[in-house]
Amino acid sequence: MEKNKKVIIAMSGGVDSSVAAALLKSEGYECAGVTMKLYDNDTDDSPAVKTCCQIDDVYDARSVATGLGIPYYVFNYKDDFKSQVIDRFVNAYENGMTPNPCIDCNRYMKFERLHMRAETLGYDYVATGHYARIDYDAGSGRYLLKKGLDSSKDQSYVLYSMTQKQLAHTIFPLGEYTKDEIRNIAENYGLINAKKRDSQDICFVPDGDYAGFIKKYTGKNYEEGNFVNRKGVVLGGHKGIIYYTIGQRKGLGLSLKEPAYVCEKRLDTNEVVLGKNEDLFSSSLIAGNFNWIAYEKPEGKIRVTAKTRYSQNEKPAQAKVLEDGRVEVIFDEPVRAITKGQAVVLYDDDIVVGGGVIE
Amino acid sequence: MEIYADNAATTKMSKTARDAMINCMDEYYGNPSSLYTIGQLAAARLSAARETVAACINASPKEIYFTSGGSEADNQAIISAAEFGRKKNKKHIVSTAFEHHAVLHTLMKLERQGFEVTYLDVHENGVVTADEVNAAIREDTILVTIMYANNEIGTIQPIKEIGAVCRERGVWFHTDAVQAAGHINIDVAGQNIDMLSISAHKFHGPKGIGALYARKGVPLTNIIEGGAQEKGKRAGTENLPAIVSMAAALKEACGNIETNAEKITALREKLIEGLKKIPHSRLNGDRYIRLPGTVNFCFEGIEGESLLLLLDAKGISASSGSACTSGSLDPSHVLLSLGLPHEVAHGSLRLSINEFNTDEEMEYIIKSVSEVVEYLRNMSPVWEDLTTGKKEFYFE
Repeated sequence: MEKNKKVIIAMSGGVDSSVAAALLKSEGYECAGVTMKLYDNDTDDSPAVKTCCQIDDVYDARSVATGLGIPYYVFNYKDDFKSQVIDRFVNAYENGMTPNPCIDCNRYMKFERLHMRAETLGYDYVATGHYARIDYDAGSGRYLLKKGLDSSKDQSYVLYSMTQKQLAHTIFPLGEYTKDEIRNIAENYGLINAKKRDSQDICFVPDGDYAGFIKKYTGKNYEEGNFVNRKGVVLGGHKGIIYYTIGQRKGLGLSLKEPAYVCEKRLDTNEVVLGKNEDLFSSSLIAGNFNWIAYEKPEGKIRVTAKTRYSQNEKPAQAKVLEDGRVEVIFDEPVRAITKGQAVVLYDDDIVVGGGVIE
Repeated sequence: MEIYADNAATTKMSKTARDAMINCMDEYYGNPSSLYTIGQLAAARLSAARETVAACINASPKEIYFTSGGSEADNQAIISAAEFGRKKNKKHIVSTAFEHHAVLHTLMKLERQGFEVTYLDVHENGVVTADEVNAAIREDTILVTIMYANNEIGTIQPIKEIGAVCRERGVWFHTDAVQAAGHINIDVAGQNIDMLSISAHKFHGPKGIGALYARKGVPLTNIIEGGAQEKGKRAGTENLPAIVSMAAALKEACGNIETNAEKITALREKLIEGLKKIPHSRLNGDRYIRLPGTVNFCFEGIEGESLLLLLDAKGISASSGSACTSGSLDPSHVLLSLGLPHEVAHGSLRLSINEFNTDEEMEYIIKSVSEVVEYLRNMSPVWEDLTTGKKEFYFE
């Protein structure tokens, strides 16, 4: 291993990033742990943002770092997180999309802001506890992003925006391990958070009520409107367009004869279109803001497997770059609930070819 | 070179304070409340310490209550006034926007309980005026609480004038003197101060010990119940080694107050003159109405966190903004209260020096800060926006 190379480990206080720090330390890197403070804790004095207990997480991360004998810092990125992640999140919902803020957080916070800070402070690498791998391909001269070996924990989907420079200066120490192995390592190291639950949901909306969060955050009321069917027949009233996402069935507050699913959100008329499950399937999508990793930009059509949500399996497809740089993905079989604002990530076996935002 | 320049955060204990503490632990381990001789010997040390502390601020020993530190003293002072106000149906308090959180958070708690607080503007120079205090006092005002000297920028408030106004208007006056005690002269009687908080570790005493001065006739409300210590106003066996040590430290500091102030002020001036030469920077707070040793600068286009870490790598211990519970740096509420925008407040540096610092160290600090600021600016996208005219400079 590269002795005396300096690495900053982004530590959340969870088991994954704690083990990442322990592994790098044991490999001889000069390590420093960093927790990025991204939002305020929910106290009586900070009404705007309701959150989980970040203070506890900082406590956990600090005690792990202290136990490993590495320096530990908390960096404040609240202003950036607000403008780069929360505002984008709110804005996307207001525009009828369903965003993935974790991707934005990785992109703008961990791999832009923290990388910049690491470089400024003379560190060679940033490491995180993501389950993914980075390989240098001598043939193409490019850094490749690959799935984590534990396919059930693979997180490469949320990392698709990484640039070559970022990949060259990033380490994912957990990429070769399974989650069980990581928990074992944590217990062997006596890390206090070995049994801590995996984090769920969106960190700044711990109760999952994202619409309630948006209302509180913006102070706006989102106008009520109508549920309609494909023919335009009114089926009932809805609470406001931000409350719904494509493919949603529960919580519509309607009693209909057949199961109904959200198929479309019409901003201009403030209507939510309901339909049958089969109406949710489509065979193609266009993605913008595309980042190619495996190569600069492909000529012609390429065969890939594509994933349109974090929790979904990849589906065979072909992709091509359109004249304006956006990417068209055509699936072999129709895919359920392709949703604007989510990411589509293209794979070649376990290699991330690239990804973008579904439009 | 190793330079400790964060004396407003805490200080190294003096040899006098350390010796006093160890001597007390070795020789006077008794409980001051016990009736046998060992207890009585301890009680005698306690009384002597109380007399020493009282003498340093021109109070009477009966007006000194030992606490766990400045924060507890601030809490107890404000809660006591509020309790008294409740009985008189007076629920208005006058304070400033840049108090220490021990004061601000206590006030916020009272606001949630129905009190109304007027937070006076501290202006660009970080100083309030007695006239503004006078204008803010109402029929139902029970307390004015204004810090003696600010912990982040070091500006000193016109305490004597404010005290006179409060006395004339019949309103209690509390001042958080944590940054002032041992560094500038305090005269609670002459300055008409009703309550005052101090903390030992800011003047070369130990951590975890402080005192609340409460003028005779000011009824205190307990924060900690359970025993008759401190005239029944603060329960818990007295932390005698720390109390004795604090008294020794305060006596030593007050005994050298003029010589120290003269020496430290000269170092401070050198530091300010040197750092002022960095372009697009500003000294925060009034140029002269300030503590001998506290200097606070903003440098545009940089982030305080990087500045501190790179200075640490050069052996300089300094701070920026206020450290919160998680240890991260929020843009300081003090700098925001001076009217600075968020991104400028982020690039702040507090250097707080003491009598053990040297001329040579000031030169090293000036050189190091200048180098690090230049380095950070060269890497900063914000600086690029500023120099290319995409954003406007805030300072010349």
